[in-house]
Amino acid sequence: MALAQNDPAGELRRHVAAFLATHDPATMERLSFLRARYDAGLAWVAFPSGHGGLGLPGALQPDLDRLFAEAGAPDNNPRANIIGLGMAAPTILAFGTAEQKERYLRPLWTGEEIWCQLFSEPGAGSDLANVATRAVRDGDEWVVNGQKVWTSSAHTARFAILVARTDPDLPKHAGLTYFLCDMADPGVDVRPLRQITGEAEFNEVFLTDVRIPDAQRLGPEGGGWKVANATLNNERVAIGAAAVRESGIVGLVASTWREHPELRNTELHARLLKLWVEAEVARLTGQRLRQKLALGQPGPEGSAMKLTFARLSQQLTGLELELLGEEGLRYSDWTMVQPETVDFAGHDAGYRYLRAKGNSIEGGTSEILRNIIAERVLGLPAEPRVDKHRPWRELAR
Amino acid sequence: MTALNLLYTDIEDDLRATLRDLLADLCTPAAVSAVYDGDRSLVAPLWKAVAADLGLAGLLVPEALGGAGASAREAAVVLEELGRASAPVPFLTSAVVATMLLLNAGDDLLPAVASGERTAALAIPLSTAPHALLAAVATDSQQRLTGVVTSVAGAAEADTLLVPASTADRIALYAVPVASASVAPVVSLDMTRQLADVTLDYAQGRLVLADAEPAIRAALRAAAALLASEQLGVSRWCLETTVAYLKERRQFGRPVGGFQALKHRLADLYTGIESAAAAARYAAAALAAGDLDLPVAASVAKAFCGDLAVLAAEEAIQLHGGIGMTWEYPAHLYLKRAKADQLALGTPAEHRAQLAELVDLTMRAPGA
Repeated sequence: MALAQNDPAGELRRHVAAFLATHDPATMERLSFLRARYDAGLAWVAFPSGHGGLGLPGALQPDLDRLFAEAGAPDNNPRANIIGLGMAAPTILAFGTAEQKERYLRPLWTGEEIWCQLFSEPGAGSDLANVATRAVRDGDEWVVNGQKVWTSSAHTARFAILVARTDPDLPKHAGLTYFLCDMADPGVDVRPLRQITGEAEFNEVFLTDVRIPDAQRLGPEGGGWKVANATLNNERVAIGAAAVRESGIVGLVASTWREHPELRNTELHARLLKLWVEAEVARLTGQRLRQKLALGQPGPEGSAMKLTFARLSQQLTGLELELLGEEGLRYSDWTMVQPETVDFAGHDAGYRYLRAKGNSIEGGTSEILRNIIAERVLGLPAEPRVDKHRPWRELAR
Repeated sequence: MTALNLLYTDIEDDLRATLRDLLADLCTPAAVSAVYDGDRSLVAPLWKAVAADLGLAGLLVPEALGGAGASAREAAVVLEELGRASAPVPFLTSAVVATMLLLNAGDDLLPAVASGERTAALAIPLSTAPHALLAAVATDSQQRLTGVVTSVAGAAEADTLLVPASTADRIALYAVPVASASVAPVVSLDMTRQLADVTLDYAQGRLVLADAEPAIRAALRAAAALLASEQLGVSRWCLETTVAYLKERRQFGRPVGGFQALKHRLADLYTGIESAAAAARYAAAALAAGDLDLPVAASVAKAFCGDLAVLAAEEAIQLHGGIGMTWEYPAHLYLKRAKADQLALGTPAEHRAQLAELVDLTMRAPGA
C-alpha cells in the first residue's frame, strides 16, 4: 500500500530526473552541485519549498538519497554534521524567522557550516533546565558567559545552538533563551575532552564575553526550554534511524558470524538470533515512527526508539567482542585524536563496545527517557520537583 | 520500492471502533472468565455477532465469493481487538486458516464459511510452526481417514474439519463433517482458545486439495504473522489496565504509579509494545501485499510479539500486586492467553531458528 492517495514517490523521481538532466554530477563542482540540489528542493524532502524541500512525506528521504547515490552524485557528508542536520535544522525550521532560515539552512545542509550543541554543563546534565551560562542583554546584543560540556564537533563547528539563562529571577524553565552562537567569536574557547575510547570526540567549551546579536536569538526571550525540547525530541528521532535491514552494528556482528564459523557456539548463537530479531524490530519501529511523524514535530514517543537503540547497541557490541575471542582482546589505537565525524560503527569491535556505553547517556540518559515516557506518554505522576516553582537564583547548587 | 505502510488506515480505525464496541457489550471479563468453569454460553452468540452480524468471517474472502474483500491488514486489526478482549471466538482458526485453505482450493464450502453460517478448522496441533513437520492422518483407497490429531484449536466450535492426510507421496487435505469424527475438548491452559483431540475412525472425507502441503504451510504462516497482532492486543490491554490501576492504587500516601521503580518498568513495557506494533504491522502488511519478505516478517513478528505479550501479562500481574493473582480480576485471562499464544504456531525459539535459515545465520559451517 502506498503512503498517500496520490503518488509522492513518483513525483519525487520525476523531480530528481529533471534535476539530473540539467546538473551532471560527473562534471559539476561538488559544492555547486549540492547548492543547486538544495535550491531545487531536493535536499530534505519534508522541508517546505524554498528551504531545500518539496513538502513531501519524510519517509521518502531514503528514496531521495538513494536516487542521488545511484546517479553517482556527491553527498553532503552527513556524518560530519549530525547535530546540524538532525537537530539544529528542524529546530531552526520550526522556530526561526524568515531571515534565519534563509541565512542558516542552506550552508548547514551543504556542509559548508558545521553545527554543534551547547546545552549540557557541569551542573546541568539530566537537569538541563538548570543551565547556569548567563546571557545578559547589551543593546542589540547579548553577552554570554559560562561553561558547556560534552560538545561533539565543537572543534569543527562554525555555529552552535546554545541554551543560556537570561533571567535568573524566574523559575528555572522560564528563564532560558535559545541562541544561534557563532563559534568563531574570540570569546569561544574549545578544549578537547578525552573519553574512554582514547579519542576526544567531545569538548569542553568556555564562553567568555561572547557577543551574540539579538537577531541570532531563536524563539522568544524566555522561550528557550520549549525550543530546546523540540531539539531534543529531534535528537532522539535522529539517533538510530536505520532504513535497511542489517545496517549498523547488527550487520557487523552478523558478518562476523558468517565469516568465522570457527567462532560459533550454541549460546552465542541463541543470543545473536535474539538480538538480530530485536534489531530488525527496532528498524521497523524507526520506520513506523518516521511514517507517523511525516512532517510534524516529534513528540516524546521518540524516547522509546532511543532507549531501544542504546540497549541494543550495547548488547550487540558486547556480544561481538565475545564472538571474536582472541581478536577481541586487541584494540586498534589509544592515541588521542579529535575525529571530524561521529561514527558509532567505525573502528574496531573494542572501540564500538566502549563507545556504545555513551549511547545510554548522551541525548538524555535512559533513566530520564523512562521518566519522560512514564510521565508524558503514560500520564503517571511526575517525580517530586522541589525546584520547579522557585526563582532559579534561590536554588541550592 | 515504496515502504509498506505500518500505520492504521481510517478504514482500519473504523473497523476497530465497531468491533471494540461490540466486544465491550458482549464479551465482558466475567463472561470470559466463566468459560474456565465450563460455562461456554458466551461463545456461540459472540461468534455469531462477530462472524455473521459484523461480517468478519468473510473478511479475507473476495466480494464475488460472498466475502468482504478486505486484506490481512484488517484481519490483523480484528485480532488485535480479539486479543484485547481475550475473546473466545474461532476467528483465527476459521476465518483465517481454514478460509485461506478453502480459498486456495476454490472450494464450494467457502461462501458458507465466509457468511459465518458454517465454521471450519484445520485439524493440526495448535503448536505446529509453519515450517515444522506436519501431522497427517492415514487414508485408504476410499478416502476414509483414520488417526488421532491432538490439541486442535477451533475444532470444538467447528462443524467442518479440514484434515491433512498422507497419500502415497504427499499430504492431501480432506473435508470431514464433525459428525463423522470424534471431537473431545480438553482442559487447556487457555480456555478462550480451547483445544480438542480429534479422532477419526474410517471417517469419510471429501478431497479439498490433492497436494496440500504448500497451502497448509502458507495458511500457518499467515496465522503466525497475524497472531502477532493478537499478541499486540493482549499487550496493550495489559499496559493500559496496569497504568490505570497504578494511578488509582495508593500506598505510602500517594499513587503507587508515582514510584520510579514502577514507572520505569512501565516505560520499558511501553517501549516494547511500540516495537511490537511495528513488527506486527509489518507482518500484516507484508502478508496483505504478498511481499516476498513475508517468511522473515512473520517469524520476526511471532518471535518478538510472542515473548513481549508474555512479559506484558507477567508485568501486569506483578504490578497489580495481590489483586492480580485473584480469579476475580481479569489479568489471569491475559496471562493464559499470552502464554498459550507464545507456544502456538511455533515458539519464539522455533521462529528464531527458522530465521537463522532464512537470513543465513545458522550454526552450520558453510557448505556443511
